[in-house]
Amino acid sequence: MARWRQRLLSSACSSSSSSAAAPQALLRLASSALSRQSSSRGFAAAPDDTTPFVVDIPVPYAGHRCDPPEQRVETSAKELVDFFKVMYVMRRMEIAADSLYKAKFIRGFCHLYDGQEAVCVGMEAALTKEDAIITAYRDHCTHIGRGGTVLEVMAELMGRKSGCSLGKGGSMHMYNKEGNFYGGNGIVGAQTALGAGLAFAQKYNKQNAVSLALYGDGAANQGQLFEAMNISALWDLPVIFVCENNHYGMGTAEWRSAKSPEYYKRGDYVPGLKIDGMDVLAVKQGVRFAKEHALTKGPIVLEMDTYRYHGHSMSDPGSTYRTREEISGVRQERDPIERVRKLLLAKEIVTVADLKNLEKQAKAEVDEAVNQAKEGGQPETHELFTHVHVKGLKQLAYGPDRKEVIVPLP
Amino acid sequence: MAAAGAALAPIIENRLLLPPNAGRIRCSSSARGALVVRGAALSEESRKNRSSALKAVAVKGEAPNLTTAKSGHEILLFDALREGLEEEMARDPTVCVIGEDVGHYGGSYKVTKGLAEKFGDLRVLDTPICENSFTGMGIGAAMTGLRTVVEGMNMGFLLLAYNQISNNAGMLHYTSGGQFKIPIVIRGPGGVGKQLGAEHSQRLESYFQSVPGLQMVACSTPYNAKGLMKAAIRSDNPVILYEHVLLYNLKERIPDEEYVLCLEEAELVRPGKDVTILTYSRMRHFVLQAAKTLVERGYDPEIIDIRSLKPFDLFTIGNSIKKTHKVLIVEECMRTGGIGASLRAAIVDNFWDFLDGRPECLSSQDVPTPYAATLEDATVVQPAQIVVKVEQMCQGLV
Repeated sequence: MARWRQRLLSSACSSSSSSAAAPQALLRLASSALSRQSSSRGFAAAPDDTTPFVVDIPVPYAGHRCDPPEQRVETSAKELVDFFKVMYVMRRMEIAADSLYKAKFIRGFCHLYDGQEAVCVGMEAALTKEDAIITAYRDHCTHIGRGGTVLEVMAELMGRKSGCSLGKGGSMHMYNKEGNFYGGNGIVGAQTALGAGLAFAQKYNKQNAVSLALYGDGAANQGQLFEAMNISALWDLPVIFVCENNHYGMGTAEWRSAKSPEYYKRGDYVPGLKIDGMDVLAVKQGVRFAKEHALTKGPIVLEMDTYRYHGHSMSDPGSTYRTREEISGVRQERDPIERVRKLLLAKEIVTVADLKNLEKQAKAEVDEAVNQAKEGGQPETHELFTHVHVKGLKQLAYGPDRKEVIVPLP
Repeated sequence: MAAAGAALAPIIENRLLLPPNAGRIRCSSSARGALVVRGAALSEESRKNRSSALKAVAVKGEAPNLTTAKSGHEILLFDALREGLEEEMARDPTVCVIGEDVGHYGGSYKVTKGLAEKFGDLRVLDTPICENSFTGMGIGAAMTGLRTVVEGMNMGFLLLAYNQISNNAGMLHYTSGGQFKIPIVIRGPGGVGKQLGAEHSQRLESYFQSVPGLQMVACSTPYNAKGLMKAAIRSDNPVILYEHVLLYNLKERIPDEEYVLCLEEAELVRPGKDVTILTYSRMRHFVLQAAKTLVERGYDPEIIDIRSLKPFDLFTIGNSIKKTHKVLIVEECMRTGGIGASLRAAIVDNFWDFLDGRPECLSSQDVPTPYAATLEDATVVQPAQIVVKVEQMCQGLV
């Protein structure tokens, strides 16, 4: 067990080398103010520079029935700055959610994603909006990655009508149809079957896109996951099963719940890849590799070795089944935002002051969203009965004293 | 009276003389045994058919005069389902079928026979035995816009997919704030069969009825089977279509023309004025059998096949109760927590003032269905019991 704890803290930050290659997909939240500032300075790379260079990935990939990708990935200054900004916004958002929960603005279940930001941000860098993502209940940041706004998330958490699900879903039910984000699922493991369905539809409609079904180390023991893997492999569905392994299924550590905690190998005949989930560039490379695989050869399992700083949810202190030293150890050694910060500073893309500026902007953005969300109204009472059914062919939602609702045949 | 009593026999066949898209036609309401449905405008064709319908029911034993109808083909219920499914698949390329042995095997009850050859393996998908995940897969695909038809080889197997059906099919439209709709049809045979054993004789309408967001319909004749199948596929809501293991070989003549029925509508099978009998699926045929005896003894039951199990067609049901003031529900669900239990509550809530006595309910016993034939017969409601109950109700003994 001590050795297992040691594994969690391993992998130090890397130094980087530079080279060149083609640019990659960029994230939305670029900071224009920053680029204006830096054009006056003669740095190695300006923060909005899209010239690609190559960075080494320190933690080696581990492949199962496949050759892992290269331990180096192309990125650019702009992409790194975008990574930093969006991960920092996500981090602030989750911390704001923590305080709002304690202040009883958010009720019920609230599962926070801080520590795991690199997974969803790195994924987005390798995907397009045609690709579909479905995840479990730790979905606030995934929703942002798919194009949602912090205001939508905050309002939904507080149950206001300006929320992404009109206040009717809550923390565990955030969806974004334009962004092909299918939620937001409360029941552990059920989303893997839905993910296979998304991939089935993509294959049926001959779209050149993949579906990512995210699940946790706890869900990795669900039978329906293996059913979904079997049918995906059988029909070559373009699905990527992503296990966000934060090593704890609520209060149960992985070595206490899984006979084999090598989750990337548990697909058996489905190839797998283990990725350092705290390194956003490693995630980007890994997901790009997986997308290629899914489109040409069939499903693949990715295991993201990641960590959550908060407990399972806000009702879990998170310290009864792990030590505070472990949590702070991981935060010191492997924090995803710190890693990008060090990289940015090492490559002299930004100064410390610039980063402080970015952080301030992010905090302001989140605070603004929180305030706006707090001002949002509760859903109207009649919304209780809306969206139970779709108003379609001869269909209405009835109360017990309904009148004649016969609609003529088409 | 004899004529009227005997006229009940060809009731099923007479249904077909109505052209499919006449909307609704009002026949003479005083004609005993005539097929009366709530009215709308009459078309010329429907007038002709109405008179032939009246003629046909009036005489016992005479073969129904179908030459005037000039349409229709005889079909078994499973084939009617298949026809409906095939027509919808030909009409809309997003309709696909997912289930065990639906493709190459042709379906364990032949509902999907020939479809895989016609539409290909991807549209008629043979799955491994994993109800939970293939139902989930069907729901995931439906979220993107595909109109999936998920077949449970037996409805009881879909208990393994309860989570998917309840949380993901029923609730997703609501929890996503209306962003995603789930146009899925979940269908399969259920109900008590002929000595199939407890686990293969389940009535799942009992368990799914309280899931919000789901719609449930039960077919009982080839005519309504095809119509409900088509309507369910076209609906944007998740619909569960309950078929019955013992009704697949029911034969009827159905129209050649295309027709789609209304999912929320109940079917008036036999008009009457003494008592309202509400039933669905296989029990409809038991009720009709009992009705023969009842009519001979001078009673005039109004028989309604409720068809729509969720939501109930309280309009049709209420109008009937307002007329007869007595209601008997005959169902195959168990006494506890069945459709009858909910329907009784709905009737009491809404039509209390119109009732002469409590709404009666004949349901199956609260036991796992036994294998032995005599015990199995004792588990479900039999026509003799229906006769006794109606007599008691009409004589004021209950």
